Amino acid sequence: MKNNVVIIGGGPSGIEAARQIRKIGYTPILIEKKPNLGGHLAKWDRLFPEGVYAKDILDSITSDMDDINWFTNTEIISINHIKEIYNIKLSNGISIRTKAVLLTTGFELFKAEKKEEYGYGIYDHVITNEDLEKFFKEHKDKRIEDPKVIGFVHCVGSRDEKAGNRQCSKVCCATAVKQACEIKQLFPDAIVYCFYMDLRMFGRKYEDMYLDAQQKYGIRFIRGRVSEVSENIDKRLIIKAEDTLYGKPLRVTMDLLVLMSGIVADQKNIELAKMLKIPVGEDGFFVPQNSILEPCKSQKNGLFFAGACTGPKTIPESISEARAATLSIDEYLKNFKE
Amino acid sequence: MTDFGFSIDSSKAITIEDQDNHLLEMLHEIEPDIYICMACGSCTASCPAGVFVEMNLRKVLLSLQRGMEKETLKQLKSCMLCGKCNIVCPRGINTRNLILSICKTYNVQ
Repeated sequence: MKNNVVIIGGGPSGIEAARQIRKIGYTPILIEKKPNLGGHLAKWDRLFPEGVYAKDILDSITSDMDDINWFTNTEIISINHIKEIYNIKLSNGISIRTKAVLLTTGFELFKAEKKEEYGYGIYDHVITNEDLEKFFKEHKDKRIEDPKVIGFVHCVGSRDEKAGNRQCSKVCCATAVKQACEIKQLFPDAIVYCFYMDLRMFGRKYEDMYLDAQQKYGIRFIRGRVSEVSENIDKRLIIKAEDTLYGKPLRVTMDLLVLMSGIVADQKNIELAKMLKIPVGEDGFFVPQNSILEPCKSQKNGLFFAGACTGPKTIPESISEARAATLSIDEYLKNFKE
Repeated sequence: MTDFGFSIDSSKAITIEDQDNHLLEMLHEIEPDIYICMACGSCTASCPAGVFVEMNLRKVLLSLQRGMEKETLKQLKSCMLCGKCNIVCPRGINTRNLILSICKTYNVQ
């Protein structure tokens, strides 16, 4: 028990934290509910802004995990916190005692079928950002058949009070622009539209990606949120939006519509928060001790956060937080009084 | 036709696929920068003519892309080619040249 650090969630933050915690001499135990490690990163093809392969990043962070204990297909049954020690019971029957717990539970993508007006799961040619990444990886999806007109809808289930998510998902603008360019590479004759409210290209080289999308790939950006989608008799999609820069309603008929499902808090956060007796925000994400100075510490001794369980993050941000959390954990354990 | 005592206007919605884009494509060939506008509005804000008459280069450019050029092209007649919009454009679009190319392509006197 002396050196244990339990990490809950086997996405990029969890994996990176496990490696770093191992490196400085502790015993990380990584727990993942899904059958594989990697989280959403494992489902993605390429990453903005440079288009590096997600697989290369994942291979790189999982390459030296030989001496790390990890359990997949494993849920948390209960956590007790008594006298600064956490007792964690797992679904595989194992119980672990530890002084430090790191939550790297990540996020979920908004379930696009909840926005029924966009017709995901109803119309044949409406897909999500996640489906498109799968198509980029595997090159097969019966919903994508040589599309001539393609649309991207930004902010699906984000910046949307009625969908229960006021927050901006932060990464979908850059993802949409990346995917728009990639699909244009696959179907050079297609006309590609992006329907956005604001383009939030906040990071280094993201603006370059936007300029490339306009200049090199001829992506057409229309400012306005898609209000509804319908299907005509030829199974093509009719998209309605307002062109808010022109101030007129607009219709386009399309062969493929990609919904940029936003980042929402994982529902499991609420169960975990109850077990740990810690608060979650109105948005469902965990609340750090100090959002500016201590983003990796919780309000409870020995409990830490890293990655998107405290709000939408990019991959490099999640990796950095995993390393920052490692330092916080080390500091905590060094000063721990038995 | 029966007179019902009222009439309705035709749809004001823009239907993208109904547009005739051949002039726009001609313009795009000589002015590849027409799609890099990010709609900041600097051109319109700095336009000395725009304060007195309707003159909005951003909107003219957008109207061409929406097949609504009839509504806005006449605005360009107020342009004095002073080039202030050229100086302020953050994307570095050669707006002065663009205005001349639009006038040439769409036959604005």
